[in-house]
Order: sequence, then C-alpha cells, then structure tokens
Amino acid sequence: MTPPAGAGLYSDTIRARWRQPRFRGDLPDATVQAEDVNPLCGDRVRMMVRLQNGSVETVRFTGDSCAICTASADVTAELTEGRPTTEAARLTAEDVLAILQADIRPTRMRCVTLPVSVLQKALRP
Amino acid sequence: MTLDDTTRGDFPILARIVNGHRLVYLDSAASSQRPRTVIEAMSQYYATSHANVHRSIHTLGEEATALYEAARDRVQRFIGAARREEVVFTRGTTDGLNLVAAALGRTLRPGDEILLTDMEHHSNIVPWQMAARDRGVTVRSIPVTADGRLDLDGFERLLGPRTRVLAFAHVSNVLGTFNPVAHLCDRARRVGAVTVVDGAQAAPHLPLDISALGCDFYVFSSHKMLGPTGIGVLWGRHQALEALEPTRGGGEMIKEVWIDHATWNDLPWRFEPGTPPIAEAVGLTAALEYLEKLGMERVAEHERALARQAIEVLGAIPGITVYGPPAGVDRGAVVSFSVDGLHPHDVAALLDQEGIAVRAGHHCAQPLMRTLGITGTARASFSVYTSPEDVSILARALGALRTQL
Repeated sequence: MTPPAGAGLYSDTIRARWRQPRFRGDLPDATVQAEDVNPLCGDRVRMMVRLQNGSVETVRFTGDSCAICTASADVTAELTEGRPTTEAARLTAEDVLAILQADIRPTRMRCVTLPVSVLQKALRP
Repeated sequence: MTLDDTTRGDFPILARIVNGHRLVYLDSAASSQRPRTVIEAMSQYYATSHANVHRSIHTLGEEATALYEAARDRVQRFIGAARREEVVFTRGTTDGLNLVAAALGRTLRPGDEILLTDMEHHSNIVPWQMAARDRGVTVRSIPVTADGRLDLDGFERLLGPRTRVLAFAHVSNVLGTFNPVAHLCDRARRVGAVTVVDGAQAAPHLPLDISALGCDFYVFSSHKMLGPTGIGVLWGRHQALEALEPTRGGGEMIKEVWIDHATWNDLPWRFEPGTPPIAEAVGLTAALEYLEKLGMERVAEHERALARQAIEVLGAIPGITVYGPPAGVDRGAVVSFSVDGLHPHDVAALLDQEGIAVRAGHHCAQPLMRTLGITGTARASFSVYTSPEDVSILARALGALRTQL
C-alpha cells in the first residue's frame, strides 16, 4: 500500500499531537504567560506556565495554529513541565525537532519555532 | 476547446514535475507564470541592447531608451489611457500605492479622513496609516457584507465632506469580488475626494478602459499579468498626477539642480527617479502583447468559467466552505476556501505533495479575515493557462484530504 500523501511532511508524531494534543487548554492560575503571532500566516499561540519553587510545574497552550505549530507547542510543553525554570528557558527548536521527527521545510520552520520563542518570552525574568 | 489548450505550451514551467506529479499551478493571483516570449524578450534585450536609458548618447543607450518608452506606449494602449504621460513605472502595486499615499498624505490636514474598505490588501491599508500618522487624519473603512460584497449603505454613511481620499481594490484578492469602481468614484468625486484603485487583481484578468472608470489613480503589477517582477504601473489622470509633489528624489526626476533646491522634470519622469527597471519594461511589453493577442475578453471569459467550476465542485465536497459572492454573481479569478478541521497551511502543504500549488494564510488581508471570523483560507487562483482539468485535480485531491492528517 502506498503511504498517504504528506507522509514525509507530517510525521506520525505530528499527526498524533495534532489530533490529540495533551497540553492544549487554559491555565487560569498561570504565573507567567506570553503570546505571539506568526506574521507569515497569522497563527497565534499563547503559552501559559505555572511556576512553583523555581520549577515549571504546569504548561498549557491555546491558539489558532496549524498541525506543525500545534505539535510543536505540545512537545514544548511536555519537554519543559517539571524542569527547573532556568533549564526550561534554554529549550531550543532543535530539541523540539528531535521529537517531531519530520522533514520540516524552511517555509514552515516558523511553525516550529513560534511556541518555543513564546515560552522563552514567558519565562524571561 | 478552452483557452488553456492554446496557451499551455507557451509556458515552459508548466512542464515541471513537482513531488512526482505534473505541476498544477493555482497560485497565479500571488504571481503568474511567464510565457516563453517574455523570457526571451528580456534575455534578448540583455544580450543585444542593454545600456542606461535617457542620458546615454550612444547607440545602445538610444535602443534601451526606445524600448523602455515603447513599454509605456504599450501600457497606455492596454489600459486605454488618454495620454502616455499618465503612465508612471513603479516597482509594483505596493510601490505605486506607497507613492500615491505619501504624496497625497502631504496635502492632508487635521480632521481629514481617508476611506478604505474592509477587504483591502495590507498594501492598500498600511501606506494610508503611515500617511495619516501625526497629521490628525483618520482612517475609516467600508464594511463588507456576509456574502463578501461592499456594504454600499455603509459607504454612503461614511462618505462625507471630510473624506479626502477613497482607496479600494477593483477586485478582492481573497473573495474575488468585483467592486463597482465607477459608482464608488462617482460618489467620491461629489464630495471632492481623490480616488485610488488597487488594480492588482483586475488588470491581469479584465479588459480595462481606465478613462471610463472615473478614478484618479489606478495601480497594478506586471508579475501578476505574465510579466516580470520588479515593475508595475501607476496610472494617474493627468490633472491628478500633475497636482502631486514627488516624494522621492534623484536623477532623472529633475529639470535643474542647485545645491539648495531643484526643479522637477515633466510627467511621467518626475516620479521615476534613478535607473528604472528597463529589462522588466521590455518583458512587460512582451506580456501585454501576449495578452492582447489572446484578447482580454476571452481571458476574462475563460477565468470566469474556471471560477464558476471551482465554486461548484469545491462547494459540493463535504466539509469545504467557499468564501465570497455566491455562484451566479460575477467574480474574479480567485476562489478562497477552508477545509473543516484542517489549518489552511496544512491544506496547502498536503496539496503540494500532489504537485498542486495553492496559497494559504491571511493573504495579506487580516482585517478581512477578522470580518470573516477566521485566521486564514486556502486560495486557488487562475490565469490564461489554467485548465478545467487543473480545477478537477484540485477537487479530487481535496476530496481525499481529510483522511490524511
């Protein structure tokens, strides 16, 4: 059977995270939060973080975003929850890409980096 | 037989294979492709006749000047302008709108109003915000109805003695709506407002008779009408253009220069400082010749049929929403749509896997997206080489899309 179109572009991880993100939702008692848009497409992502004792306790995200951006936000949240805040603030797009396992084209790289940069903005002292 | 049967062979790029499939290029509203005659005319110019224009007193300079000015004559004829001096070459639509906005902006006073519409491209919004800034000038906007047309009652309420400028698109780059240019300009003229029309999505697709439209300025790009990038046209009614102070200085736009002042050259060169896009003008001439040979009536008819087909077949696919005026209403060569549960960028990326190029996102029309209550759409747009088969291939691919993500 031939793979469906877009198999290389959207990895199983991206598909799964897009269908059922684990960290999407509001966080009304967030300690810090930030939001930004991707000027290329108008996508908007908000990252909300609850901090406790110098650590990232909970991360949630909301926004209008494509499959890649949604998956990136979800992985960003997963990789930073439970980590010391200073360590979480050092998360890079490369860390997220390593999990996404997809052939991201240069034109879509902003979809990956947006949630990471929004989280960094939220955690900035 | 449809128009594309006679044109497809003229566009070398259409032979490309993209991701293992024949290229189905449905992004002509962003930038069209070029026929071989345009590519060859530019390459021939560079190979045989290039020099700077206007002040080069040698054979090549004279040839280059003749070719550059011949492009102006060709544009004049193509758009039905009364005089060749009314045709100013710019870098494109955005550049032309910035030029007019900056020059008109200087004439505005506190309390004046600039009237736009909610369906404008950012390039017909932001230059006006810049012109209004720090002058006490207000930017207002005509609302769009639920079916994607201008709210003409709203227009009447917004138009008044304070309105100094009315700027709007001839054809919406998202909805394909034809706006009633003559009506809008007529109403604006009665309150003494200057009218500026963004023709980027109209000039490539319709027969134009610019003098009959009744506007003061009309702006469009070459690269959306089979010509090269880097050149566009600002048409201005002679009197309106004559009343504008140039906002950009340099060589060619002057008559005489002293160290503390200068006098301006005649129209149209007053607005063309520096070395112009000469090879691009040669390419534009070839593009307009190509379109004239096809006949703009035929071009318009071909693309209208494609839009009708697209609205019908896409609208019949479950989960697809088509935006803009309903079937039966005359509209331009763009069809915007969304797929339930899929982000427009994902739609475009998945279609690209099948060799289908569409645009996705906000189409530089964020105020319109907010009116429609969406962040973006996917958009299929057509040109002289688009075939009914291209539209069918798009529909088939979209039908299978929702299972893929």
